[in-house]
Amino acid sequence: MLLVVEQFLNGLQFGLLLFLLAAGLTLVFGIMDFVNLAHGSLYMMGAYFAATFVMWTGNFIIGVLLALGATLLLGIVLEFAALRHLYGRDHLDHVLATFGLILFFNDAVRLIWGPAGLTLPLPAWLTVPIAIMPGVYYPAYRLAIIVVALAVALMLYLVVMRTRVGMLIRAGASNREMIGALGVNIKLLYTLVFGLGAALAGLAGLMQAPILTVQIGMGENILILAFVIIVIGGIGSIRGAFLAAIFVGMIDTLGRAFLPDLLRQMLSSTAASTAAPALSSMLIYLLMAMVLVVRPEGLFPASRR
Amino acid sequence: MTASLNARNVTAALVAAGLLLLPLYTSASGNVFALTLFTRIVIFALAAVSLNLIMGYGGMMSFGHAAYLGIGGYAVGILAQEGVGSALIQWPMALAASALFALAVGALSLRTRGVYFIMITLAFAQMAYYVASGLARYGGDDGLTIYKRSDFGGLIDLSSRVQFYYLCLGCLFGGIYLVWRIVNSRFGMVVQGLRSNEQRMQAIGFPANRYRLVCFVIAGTMCGLAGALLANNTDFISPATMYWTRSGDLMVMVILGGMGSLFGPVIGTIAFLVLEEFLSQVTEYWALIMGPLLLLIVLFGRGGIDGLLGRLRRG
Repeated sequence: MLLVVEQFLNGLQFGLLLFLLAAGLTLVFGIMDFVNLAHGSLYMMGAYFAATFVMWTGNFIIGVLLALGATLLLGIVLEFAALRHLYGRDHLDHVLATFGLILFFNDAVRLIWGPAGLTLPLPAWLTVPIAIMPGVYYPAYRLAIIVVALAVALMLYLVVMRTRVGMLIRAGASNREMIGALGVNIKLLYTLVFGLGAALAGLAGLMQAPILTVQIGMGENILILAFVIIVIGGIGSIRGAFLAAIFVGMIDTLGRAFLPDLLRQMLSSTAASTAAPALSSMLIYLLMAMVLVVRPEGLFPASRR
Repeated sequence: MTASLNARNVTAALVAAGLLLLPLYTSASGNVFALTLFTRIVIFALAAVSLNLIMGYGGMMSFGHAAYLGIGGYAVGILAQEGVGSALIQWPMALAASALFALAVGALSLRTRGVYFIMITLAFAQMAYYVASGLARYGGDDGLTIYKRSDFGGLIDLSSRVQFYYLCLGCLFGGIYLVWRIVNSRFGMVVQGLRSNEQRMQAIGFPANRYRLVCFVIAGTMCGLAGALLANNTDFISPATMYWTRSGDLMVMVILGGMGSLFGPVIGTIAFLVLEEFLSQVTEYWALIMGPLLLLIVLFGRGGIDGLLGRLRRG
């Protein structure tokens, strides 16, 4: 029972983290129609910035805020210098250009921080376990991730659906020329959206950093997961990304936790212990294949233009 | 297709002649390294040619093409591990396994279009990657060393560098010839017609996805052959062969050379791998230059090297 609750929360936490990454990706895709493979690199940069700034300042909160700002700035610079010229081009061009950026960022990190990974130590007040139920303890930091991610999700919803900027963003997604003709600076708007996406990716990276090590290529596997999520959820739909992210996070975490035992009851224990890791890694891809076969546009397709 | 004397055809002829004559140069100069490098290049060129068939002519943007490299390679590696050394069994198995995988992936993926297609092919390749990582009996994550190259029963000796190089080159030229025949056949016309206007082709009465699927399977099988060659070349096969960045490399090779051009992928592969080799000799951080270079090519060089050569003629 204890294990089930813990794994359930782990799944939720991982799912919310994936949502932060997927939200930026789906915003950029839904609004600018831009496929950004380098989103995983921004995730990685967020983690590296955080590890560096926390070490320099000696304060976790200040370091993290600085890192967030740095990723935002990096995203804006990237969009301004290169990526904005690719809007409206073929998706294949996007894939190729951002693939080049991945190569660049991986080697840039290796040059600056060295090939060895970094660690981001947590302050003492985040390492204490908290009793969420009588007798059930859960690490405070993982709880903090859940709270922060939920808050960000709510904020994102409010900004996009309830503010003037959000209205302009939605209008820009449905008709770029029209909103430009009405006198809105659409280029600036797009730059802001890209920066927001970058900051969300950076936030996901720096929150994951204390749990895993900060290393080169950390953004690549999780980027593929984020893509799976936005494809399952329907490209361009934030609501779809949210639900799909939770779903994928749960399946991945619970699959890893319980599949080996489940298989052991059916197969011999050696066969189970070799098959289980591969099978649990495959689960979400199977899920995605199934969703696409049944609903080729994803579960919650964004409204057609 | 009439052969005319333009920059594009001259370059293709020169590159083909260069590839044919390379072993003469390397045995004269003793530069074994160049032969090793170009064996690798020829194998990847075959993979790129197969990807170009579906991407350039068929309009199917597969982001999981490296999976067939891995499947072809694992077929050879696993059979070698189990004591089956004959190429006459290994290679047909490699082709059959890749064809079967392509059939399954294609049948499911072709229900989707555009970015969804890119992503679902990527997902299937990742699945293949994880299956290979789970093969504990065959090395799992660490990969599988192949102690004995495929045995052609004295006909060809794969441990001879020159003979192996010519085998690879023969496969590449055979692959290009096959693509040329396909593209100019009725079947190829239909597939290209589907790329330009699917609705119209369907209205005429062609079953779109059946044509696409056959094309997809042919490309997968051809890449499986490249995989069998690659495993023999490195004497090693590991899940990393199927990782998604490798699929990305293949896409880059095709686009760099020029999509939908017969010889473009070969030139693209040579450019990509020679540049990678050159840059990695200059600096350890070769990707620091390669990455932005790709970005610049996308921003300013539409149509790849082939497009550049085509423009050269028009002045």
